[in-house]
Amino acid sequence: MGQLLQQLINGLTIGSFYALIALGYTMVYGVLKLINFAHGDMFMLGAYLGLVTLMGFVVNLGMAGLPFLILIFLIVMAVVAGVGIVLERVAYRPLYRAGRLPPVISALGAAIFIQNGVMLLYGARYRTYPEEFKVIIPDTIWEIAGARISLIQIVMLVIAALLMVGLYSFVQYTRVGTAMRAVALDHDTARLMGIDVYGIIRVVFLIGPALGAAGGIMVGLYYGRIYFTLGWGYGIKAFTAAILGGIGNIPGAMIGGLILGVIEALATGFVSDAWKNAIAFFVLVLILIIRPTGLLGERVVEKL
Amino acid sequence: MALLEVRNLTKNFGGLTAVDRLDFEINEGEILGMIGPNGAGKTTVFNLISGIYPPDEGEIRLNGQSLLGLRPHSITEQGIGRTFQTIRLFRNLTVMENVMAGRHCRTRAGWLGAILQPKSQRLEEQSIREQAERHLQFMKLYEQRAELAKNLPYGDQRRLEIARALAIDPHLLILDEPAAGLNEQETNELMQSISQIRDSGITIFLIEHDMKVVMGISDRIIVLDNGKKIAEGAPAEVRDNPRVIEAYLGREE
Amino acid sequence: MDLIARWRKLDERYLYLALTILAVLFPWLVRSVRWTQVANFFFVYALLGLSLNIIVGYAGLFQLGHAAFYAVGAYTTAILSSRYNIPTFWLLPVAGLVSAVFAILISRPILHLRGDYLCIVTIGFGEIVRISLRNDASSLVFLSKIPGLQFLEEKLTGLVITGGPNGIFGINRPGILGFTFRQQWHYFYLFLAFVALTIFAMRRLENSRLGRAWTCVREDELAAEAMGIDTVRVKLLAFAIGAAWAGVAGNLYASWVTVIAPESFSFWESVIMFCIVVLGGTGSIPGVLVGTVGMIVLPEILREVLLNIQQWRMLIFGAAMISMMVFRPEGLWPSQRFRRELEAGD
Repeated sequence: MGQLLQQLINGLTIGSFYALIALGYTMVYGVLKLINFAHGDMFMLGAYLGLVTLMGFVVNLGMAGLPFLILIFLIVMAVVAGVGIVLERVAYRPLYRAGRLPPVISALGAAIFIQNGVMLLYGARYRTYPEEFKVIIPDTIWEIAGARISLIQIVMLVIAALLMVGLYSFVQYTRVGTAMRAVALDHDTARLMGIDVYGIIRVVFLIGPALGAAGGIMVGLYYGRIYFTLGWGYGIKAFTAAILGGIGNIPGAMIGGLILGVIEALATGFVSDAWKNAIAFFVLVLILIIRPTGLLGERVVEKL
Repeated sequence: MALLEVRNLTKNFGGLTAVDRLDFEINEGEILGMIGPNGAGKTTVFNLISGIYPPDEGEIRLNGQSLLGLRPHSITEQGIGRTFQTIRLFRNLTVMENVMAGRHCRTRAGWLGAILQPKSQRLEEQSIREQAERHLQFMKLYEQRAELAKNLPYGDQRRLEIARALAIDPHLLILDEPAAGLNEQETNELMQSISQIRDSGITIFLIEHDMKVVMGISDRIIVLDNGKKIAEGAPAEVRDNPRVIEAYLGREE
Repeated sequence: MDLIARWRKLDERYLYLALTILAVLFPWLVRSVRWTQVANFFFVYALLGLSLNIIVGYAGLFQLGHAAFYAVGAYTTAILSSRYNIPTFWLLPVAGLVSAVFAILISRPILHLRGDYLCIVTIGFGEIVRISLRNDASSLVFLSKIPGLQFLEEKLTGLVITGGPNGIFGINRPGILGFTFRQQWHYFYLFLAFVALTIFAMRRLENSRLGRAWTCVREDELAAEAMGIDTVRVKLLAFAIGAAWAGVAGNLYASWVTVIAPESFSFWESVIMFCIVVLGGTGSIPGVLVGTVGMIVLPEILREVLLNIQQWRMLIFGAAMISMMVFRPEGLWPSQRFRRELEAGD
């Protein structure tokens, strides 16, 4: 029983990482019908930049406390959002009318470029998040019903929840958010309604990568180790989560992420660690065969 | 026995009943026209017959054989050819290649035959070309056979769709608004072509809004409104039927 | 008129003739084991590219897991050769057949999926295959925990089929009538013959009833089905034939390197094959060959010439992929049709 609860807690934690990354995929796919293969690398960039800023603030400047954690998050998310905008401009915008195949190659090329750029800058071996960051979040652990939950996990779950609630409210209640939903349904009609479609797409490429970056920082803090191929593994699983929830559907991505995290944790705990990725892929294939619109239903551009 | 029998045909989309217990027959060698206001369910009937989606209730029989549950390509193989309301040609293929595509279900060469090219395959390819050319001549498109389908003028595209459907060697040809967008001369040529097709032994079922065409060439007409059949008979009868006039009154036509 | 279009005006046949002559004389002209080896890599990837071209180029199906079929062929050959000593030439049709059957089994349930979804599913399948190969049968021992399946524990513990992360070694080299292929230039002519055969067969497929059916399905699947083309069967055939060929390539590869491991069949390999097809020119045989040169031979040449930017190689690669698509999305040597499709912005 304790085992089960433990895996559930772990699962929800991992799940929130997946959810944050999945949101980026789902939003981009929703408005562009494009699988942003480079999105996993936004997440990875977040992890690395988080490391850099942490080193800067905590190690070199000796800052501590929760406010600085928030600051780190904000800085990294902003920078990665910037990268997202550049990515859109350089690798995707020229290809909006080019059919289905060229954007895939371009996205893969961007992913390769970013990954190897990071490798060149930071080395091919894994990097560790410095122990010092523990001054920001103390290493406290509680025991509940035979399972252990750490302060770090709670902090991350809270941050993730705040981000997701924030995004949901943004999409549901603001003008820009509504415009986003309109663009996700039909480009031409949205344009006729006076919506700057390209502008909305840029917003999506700001928010998506930023959320992914937040997930990246969390993975760095949680696991302590990061490497430049991080984007690939998490990316494909996050995409699975997005599809599970219904591609283009924002609440769907959140729920899909959490469910996938729990499935993975259960698989690791009760089945086999070596097969955990294969199980995730298997879930993906199964969903696509049985119910491709996902649990909550897809919301995508209707292309003729 | 009629060539095509439709009994109790019903199709719902969500809460909307597109086709409502429709009953009719098409007799061999006749031209049956189907008219009705927009949204009456006419194209849905075509889609049900060609197997694009299954009916919720009812029966469709071709020469006594049920078509229910068959995939569209099987239904085509049974001998039903069709055109589409919005033209659906293979746009980046040539006129010739489009019509050759229609011969697919009447020929058999597979991948092995393609690679080894035994005599039987080469003869078959030759016959495909010859048949395609014959149908192109018939629809007066032979001169344009090397043109890309998407570069054809609109009227020619409509004729190409018919040529492609004829290449299937159908018993029954269903035409979805073949005169849409055609000018007067093209319309007259179309009516002539349809007559000639019928004379060659093919039964025709067509949807049309152009009353001149429908009244001019149909042997019989059925009228749909809101998914139900509201009238059936010779053109003259249908034209004067008060229910038919009522269905069209007040609608933008 | 741009340079490439002018090249294309030359009758393709003369080009093939010239290339064939050059190819046949190649090992004699370039007496270097290293470059003959590079040429052999070119041939293997050309075969893979041509096989993927059937699925992606002709039938227009999104396939980013092609390495799985390659792996199935290679591992079938490796296992049967190293364990049961069956001559690798005999295993050629076996590898092709097993890959084809595998392809039919896994593609049947996913054929109806829309383009992007199909893409993701194929990535998923590719990874499942690779992970399975890496984990090997012994890792399935956890299944014995399921009630009723305890007997599996004894059977599966320590069971080695795929050799795990280290793969399989000791694959027999191909031999015919007493002669064993050993040197790089031996393999060169073997592979050259296969590629020539493949090109010959592909051209015939392209212009056949099946080839036309593929094109129709790619253009408008609904219309194709309505015109009497069994779209399910046609798509299955594309997968099966493409997979069979990849399986054959796997056999040749395995008997060439004699040691294979799961990491040679990763997603990255699938990406390379995909790029070969799309960057070279989707649906066009010369395009695939040009694409293979670009993806396989060019980096080797650059490696010799520009030693010091070795580490920037991948970076340049990624940038090149983006640029190619932005400036020439139809590929270097597109098939006539694909160019028309792109011109319309379809």
